[in-house]
Amino acid sequence: MRWLPVFKKEMRLYFGSPVAYVVFTFFLVISGWFFSQIFLFYSDASMRSFMQPQFGGQNLNVVDNVMRPLFTNMSVVLLFFIPMLTMRLFAEEKKSGTMELLLTYPVRDGEVLAGKYLAALTLYLILLGLTLLYPGLVAYFTRVEWGPIMTGYLGLILTGAVFLAVGVLISSLTENQIVAGFGTFGVLLAFWVIGWGAEFAGGATRTVLQYLSIGDHLEGFTRGLIDTKDLVYYVTGVALALFFTLRSLESKRWRG
Amino acid sequence: MIQVDNLTKRYGPVTAIHDVSFNVDKGRIVGFLGPNGAGKSTTMKILSCFMPASGGTARVAGFDVFSQSLEVRRRIGYLPENAPLYPDLSVAAYLDFVAEIKGVSRPARRGRVADVMERCFIGDMQNRLIGKLSKGYRQRVGLAQALLGDPEVLILDEPTIGLDPRQIAEIRALIRSLAGQHTVILSTHILPEVSMVCDGVVIINRGRIVAQGTESELVQQAFPTARIELRVAGAGAELAPAVGAIPGVVGVQPLAARDGGAGVLVEAARDRDVRPELVRLVTGKGWTLQELHPVGMSLEEVFIRAVAGEQESPEAVAAAVETEEAR
Repeated sequence: MRWLPVFKKEMRLYFGSPVAYVVFTFFLVISGWFFSQIFLFYSDASMRSFMQPQFGGQNLNVVDNVMRPLFTNMSVVLLFFIPMLTMRLFAEEKKSGTMELLLTYPVRDGEVLAGKYLAALTLYLILLGLTLLYPGLVAYFTRVEWGPIMTGYLGLILTGAVFLAVGVLISSLTENQIVAGFGTFGVLLAFWVIGWGAEFAGGATRTVLQYLSIGDHLEGFTRGLIDTKDLVYYVTGVALALFFTLRSLESKRWRG
Repeated sequence: MIQVDNLTKRYGPVTAIHDVSFNVDKGRIVGFLGPNGAGKSTTMKILSCFMPASGGTARVAGFDVFSQSLEVRRRIGYLPENAPLYPDLSVAAYLDFVAEIKGVSRPARRGRVADVMERCFIGDMQNRLIGKLSKGYRQRVGLAQALLGDPEVLILDEPTIGLDPRQIAEIRALIRSLAGQHTVILSTHILPEVSMVCDGVVIINRGRIVAQGTESELVQQAFPTARIELRVAGAGAELAPAVGAIPGVVGVQPLAARDGGAGVLVEAARDRDVRPELVRLVTGKGWTLQELHPVGMSLEEVFIRAVAGEQESPEAVAAAVETEEAR
């Protein structure tokens, strides 16, 4: 398999340029801000429910009230950040002409794609790994159930995997990085808000719109639920986007 | 080793190359010569499997560039125009990546990378980022990556562009040293480069091949007669008719008088050396010989004629000789 050299080269480029560090820094600053705000609000609420038990609140649960909103918030932030990780993958190589060399090396198009996609995915997993600090902090102060946190992370990994695959696809269609970045953001945002239309739609349309919405599929994972329906959504999303990417790369060989 | 048959490439309505056919035998170095936009790069992009042809076939090392692209790509080293490289990688990291992707095994990789860096004179820059290198160094890094993996066929698009004269000489010597083991096709628009480096020449203009062969073949085809410049003092107007009477001389063109003597450009059949006769004529008449030398017909004239497609007239050559001398 010749994907490994491409993978290593992409990792070198991520970490050899400021891209990885800038994305890591700002993602951690923003998600850290969310975490601290949600956590403060939760501690305030649990304090009050302790003082005034007559107003309820005995069911307050740290995973439900801190980690779940955090996961949702992080997935929204990813909507902005992931296009910046993927936009250069093919667009930059096309613009600078290095694509010409890459495609004349004895390597299959699928291997080039695998190397690039896995590099972006690895970078994303490192980014998510850094956010494990937040559940770690929670566990330091109180007892937590790890199950729903783990499924929540699984949900974020799958969501990110779809975002990245869409980003790679769009980057393979243009040689302009800004177009690749904005195009990806636009498509992801559209899939994010499409579910809102379900409110006023009826029947089959409603079901379809709900099913297409990326955010709705994350919901179950954050509650500790792994639904086959959601898994299928993510896996087909990744497979479809990567399949189209491969076709767009291969078309270069016969279309010129 | 390289077999191109009726290759055609159209970009929409524009035909970049039209019905191009040529062969390159194993171990030979062939220069691809043509003005800008003639179709040199297009042909090379097709040979390197980067881009498909619109018609015709091309085979490299016996494999078709379209249907057996991967097999071809295992056997070629390609240097595209302007040597596109990754500016954010160091020279050593980049060459290591290329060696790995070309399938050089891990234990051999270090040695091979060091070897091509030495051959291309870039060893002292190995830890620099490619983006910080001068054009000449980048070009040589591009050549180094083409040489990695020891490919049978090298396709080099303007390999010496952007180099200083000393580097050009080094790289030409390097390419020359590849002859025998490797088959090389290189494009250039520097004519002396072809004479110095290549065994054969293919001249292409506006997408069509206008001449091909070895340099001496092309020169003889284009100029069936040999040319000699003769200058004597003390002959005056007598010179031209006297020279014209010598057997084997097929044409005499008077040149402008200089240094108190008359001059003629003598055209003679190639199979007959008229120089001894000329000397005998001059000494016999008691004239003073000032100059007698053959006017070399270089590839440059062949190229200009082939590309311009104009019939060269004796007057034009006489004018060319005089401008040459004025310099």
